[in-house]
Amino acid sequence: MANKRPPFWQREKYTPYLLLLPAILAILFVVLFPLLFSLYTSFTGYRLIRPETLWQWVGLRNYQRIFSNGDFWSAFGRTILFLTIALNLELLLGLGIALLINKITWGQRTLRTIMMFPMMFSPILVGYQFKFVFNDNIGILNNALQALGLSDGAIPWLVDKYLANFAIIFAEVWMSTSVFAILLLAGLFAMPRDPLEAAKVDGCNPWQVFRHITLPFLMPFVFIAMTIRSLDVARAYDIVDVMTGGGPAGRTELLWTMIARVGYDNARMGQANAMAYVSIFLSIAFTYYFFTKLLAARKYMGGAE
Amino acid sequence: MRSVLRKRLGAIGLWILTFLLMVIMCVPGLWVVLTAFRPNSEVLAKPAIWIPENPGFGNFAKIFGFGADQIAIPVTAYFMNSLIIALTSTAIALLIGMSGGYAFARYRFRFKNGIFLGLMLSRTVPGIALSLPIFIIWSKIGLIDAKLGLIIVYVAMNVPFTIWLIDGFFRQIPKEMSEAAQVDGCTRWQAFWKIEFPLAKSGIASAGIFAFLTSWNEYALASNLTRSTDSKTLPVGLMDFTSQFTIDWAGMSAMAVIIIIPALILTFLVQKHLIAGLTFGGVKG
Repeated sequence: MANKRPPFWQREKYTPYLLLLPAILAILFVVLFPLLFSLYTSFTGYRLIRPETLWQWVGLRNYQRIFSNGDFWSAFGRTILFLTIALNLELLLGLGIALLINKITWGQRTLRTIMMFPMMFSPILVGYQFKFVFNDNIGILNNALQALGLSDGAIPWLVDKYLANFAIIFAEVWMSTSVFAILLLAGLFAMPRDPLEAAKVDGCNPWQVFRHITLPFLMPFVFIAMTIRSLDVARAYDIVDVMTGGGPAGRTELLWTMIARVGYDNARMGQANAMAYVSIFLSIAFTYYFFTKLLAARKYMGGAE
Repeated sequence: MRSVLRKRLGAIGLWILTFLLMVIMCVPGLWVVLTAFRPNSEVLAKPAIWIPENPGFGNFAKIFGFGADQIAIPVTAYFMNSLIIALTSTAIALLIGMSGGYAFARYRFRFKNGIFLGLMLSRTVPGIALSLPIFIIWSKIGLIDAKLGLIIVYVAMNVPFTIWLIDGFFRQIPKEMSEAAQVDGCTRWQAFWKIEFPLAKSGIASAGIFAFLTSWNEYALASNLTRSTDSKTLPVGLMDFTSQFTIDWAGMSAMAVIIIIPALILTFLVQKHLIAGLTFGGVKG
């Protein structure tokens, strides 16, 4: 009897692909195919209210328009600045909190649980919460300042352009600091004790121990946190949309809120898709940067592979 | 003797400092929770009333349509939508994630790294950027304002992360165990359900909770793909309170509490696994 080969779906060689097929199909249908479609749309003058414009090829005009648009560049610059300030603050505060909690031996679990409180808030709730806190009339902040006699007027936290930007950064930092703290704390727990003891015996002061032993060991964890965070930086859209809606007069407009406004409110889908592509490349660049840093830090630590 | 005392005092001081810091961090959230149990008149009062004078569940009764002064926002329908969408998409994402995670953990195959990278890259696309083409396509095929439309999107959103987490948990299980089971006459399919699945169960559960929370909290896509009580979820419904000229702060806070309670319970349950899963996948490579 001839050795009949089993049908291809039963061959060992194809099993992993079959196992991965549902995942690949889901991504193809919901991410890749729509993204190709939006790439095409970004070269058309598509407007939601006029369906026939989907076939109106305009070449690079959408990109030329947005790149010569001052509002776009200020939203772009504001997004970069927002991310730089927010991520650095989150890292510093998260590191501080992690080091503090790591030093505490009694009741550490309780503190850790309290620390995770902001992680349970979705961005939309964080936005609402700080819209409430920073409200000029009934917000807890202005009420507290007035009760303490520190200010007699109502400070327009969400109306003044500088204060509004401060408020959205504050909300973002509040939301994400505990992500850094929890991951860095996990790093501190995983740290071997011997090098620390040895350094103390050799007479290093606490700062030297931190600078030359703790910090290099923590670096991979810093970059894991940064990589995870860079995957969802666009969640800031929810916060800004709720708190200020991009106002006053577009002074808190980030790239993401601008996409929504141009695409849905002004119905200029072609142009919005061109902007969306800029935001996608921005996200990928962020993730790629931190991921390569992570690989380098891992190599430096002599980790696996 | 004296230095011991000093050390002890220092430790207590450090504890109190840390505790106060944590509490201050929680104040904004706690203030919203407190507001949920106060009547709106008290929230709007000037000068501010700090200690609630007549706390109660009035706001909850109001938004769920009980009591004398009910409001027109169908919170019950939003709640059911959120629950159905989040549970269904989590279940599907877990099945797909288990199958994909198993492939990455147990097989060597061509394009392995490429496929993994592609899955992860799909997660970097900002929700709002993805919402534009999905909005156009979904409206062509009738998935706008339908629960199914959101379920499909959330499955794809959750698949990369569930694969990443579950892959990590499967890899912690020695390959020899399932090989031994196969030598004893199990098929690979049986070995999976008898060996790998029970051992990775808690890890899979935490991946599921993570997926559930992502769907439960999502706003950027939901706000653009839903229209009516047929499919609007709680985060989108929260904005109903602001569409009028005055904001019903107390009602909105009550709804915020409803959104956060499941998140609170679930995050508390999985905190340990979550951290282990995230760092394991990242550091050990």
